[in-house]
Amino acid sequence: MPAVAGLTFLVLPLLGLLVRAPWATLPRRLAEPAVLAALRLSLTTATLATVLCLVFGVPLAWLLARGSFPGRRLVRALVTVPMVLPPVVGGVALLLVFGRRGLVGGPLDAAFGVSLPFTTAGVVVAEAFVAMPFLVISVQGALRAADTRYEEAAATLGAGRWTVFRRVTLPMVAPGVAAGAVLCWARALGEFGATITFAGNFPGRTQTMPLAVYLALEQDVDAAIVLSLVLLTVSVAILAGLRDRWLGGAG
Amino acid sequence: MSLDAHLVVRRGDFTLDVRLTADPGEVVALLGPNGAGKTTALRAIAGLRGLDDGHVVVGGETLDDGHRRFVAPERRHIGVVFQQYLLFPHLSAIDNVAFGPRCRGASTAQARAVARDWLQRVGLAEHGRKKPRQLSGGQAQRVALARALATGPRLLLLDEPLAALDARTRLETRAHLRGHLSGHPGATILVTHDPLDAMMLADRLIVVEDGRVVQAADAATLTSRPRTDYVARLVGLNLYRGRADGTAVRLPGGFTLRVGTPHRGEVFVAFPPSAVALFAEQPAGSPRNTWPATVTSVARHGDALRIELSGPVVVAADVTAAAAVQLRLEPGRAVWAAVKATETDAYPAGAAGPQLP
Repeated sequence: MPAVAGLTFLVLPLLGLLVRAPWATLPRRLAEPAVLAALRLSLTTATLATVLCLVFGVPLAWLLARGSFPGRRLVRALVTVPMVLPPVVGGVALLLVFGRRGLVGGPLDAAFGVSLPFTTAGVVVAEAFVAMPFLVISVQGALRAADTRYEEAAATLGAGRWTVFRRVTLPMVAPGVAAGAVLCWARALGEFGATITFAGNFPGRTQTMPLAVYLALEQDVDAAIVLSLVLLTVSVAILAGLRDRWLGGAG
Repeated sequence: MSLDAHLVVRRGDFTLDVRLTADPGEVVALLGPNGAGKTTALRAIAGLRGLDDGHVVVGGETLDDGHRRFVAPERRHIGVVFQQYLLFPHLSAIDNVAFGPRCRGASTAQARAVARDWLQRVGLAEHGRKKPRQLSGGQAQRVALARALATGPRLLLLDEPLAALDARTRLETRAHLRGHLSGHPGATILVTHDPLDAMMLADRLIVVEDGRVVQAADAATLTSRPRTDYVARLVGLNLYRGRADGTAVRLPGGFTLRVGTPHRGEVFVAFPPSAVALFAEQPAGSPRNTWPATVTSVARHGDALRIELSGPVVVAADVTAAAAVQLRLEPGRAVWAAVKATETDAYPAGAAGPQLP
């Protein structure tokens, strides 16, 4: 019985969303410029954030999985902090560091006139901050599970460190990297707290789908439902894409 | 090129201390039981593990001196065929073979041409497009060999190259491997726990037990004059060590064996199970060794039956099925064992063997 209750608890709200959806006006509402703008912004920023996470996260994961340095356990724990930190706190922290008077933001503004808060770039930074641990953990797990003897074999064939990483390690952990990237992307797409705190809520510039949903809920419930449905569809699509990896137990 | 190595590797309370040399074109087998340190020795030569002491010198160049000098594996030009082959699973057979030449600076086209040539040489020209998981064990072994040789290594190392194969493929692949090893201009070091592989493939055998060289010999010497129980078991001989005084050899248990040739001091005495005759009663006459023994086990061994016996000396005897029936041989049965002095071989023990540490 508790299991059924648990399942109901998880599924019922989603059903509610479907039941209450204004199906008749759905096509028209989806085509509204504001919705399209929010959707485009969300997809763009989530993708950019994922690229950012890949560029910095994969080397970090490699270091954590293969490197041996003092305090590695501490660093490993630190990497996962954004996962458990309330996103709003993350946003505040980002604001303090990258803000106009922040630790990094101040010099950045003074030197280049670059300011991240309340810009589209700020959205990407906020999303990447929150989503990066998902990628790092996934890639790190894949690297630790990978058989290092293949890397040794590559070394005996004359491959230097970088060649080994590029031609042997990376292809072998590719499924882990892909799974991590998808997870990272999904997390970035749904990011709300850090984004609204750090980047604000400007339509067309920093107003991503989750922010639009929240705003619409106060003015037009049907619009909020439509936006939610779009996000739900994307989530289900991702889940379906990852089904073989995760629900199948292969990952 | 030649190899001159003194490998000292410490790992916990295990110490590997092995001296090893091989001339260009020579195939040297490191033979020994599992856990003897054979693979560790190979890894140290390849540079996958640093030496704690000693040296690895290939073609006059010091690759590792245990202290200051250590050349990374990718700069050693030493080819390795790993026990599980370790073909890159995401690359086709031809790309696996082309990997080495590519790393050594060849263009993609050049590397592929070299790889194609090597696949041809190992008889797998048709299988270049296949991924490793689509290859049979024997084919994977050949691709691994081609991959190691395609870089033109100064030294070739083989770690249990046939261990992963079934009996029939093994036979075929062994013959094939022998052909390629004789064509390799550099020295080859082969690690195996299978005496047959070692004797068929190698010019010289070095037996390693518990991290030390216990015997270094050619196949003929090893099979006729083993120096440890391990080797004696491998080649199927009864082996004893004792103190000789003329033709009498006193074993540690107090039993005295008569041997054909006189010696003085510590000796080994070896004889094949077929030299042991069994009788129901004590045989009379003739200068032979006889003693009462008890059958502990009976097992098929080729055309004969292999009888294990306890008594003043533990011994294995081979008898025909007819004799076994006549003597009613079964565990617990008391019999008399006899060995002619002329059928035993006695040879000096101690430091007389070549390359004993």
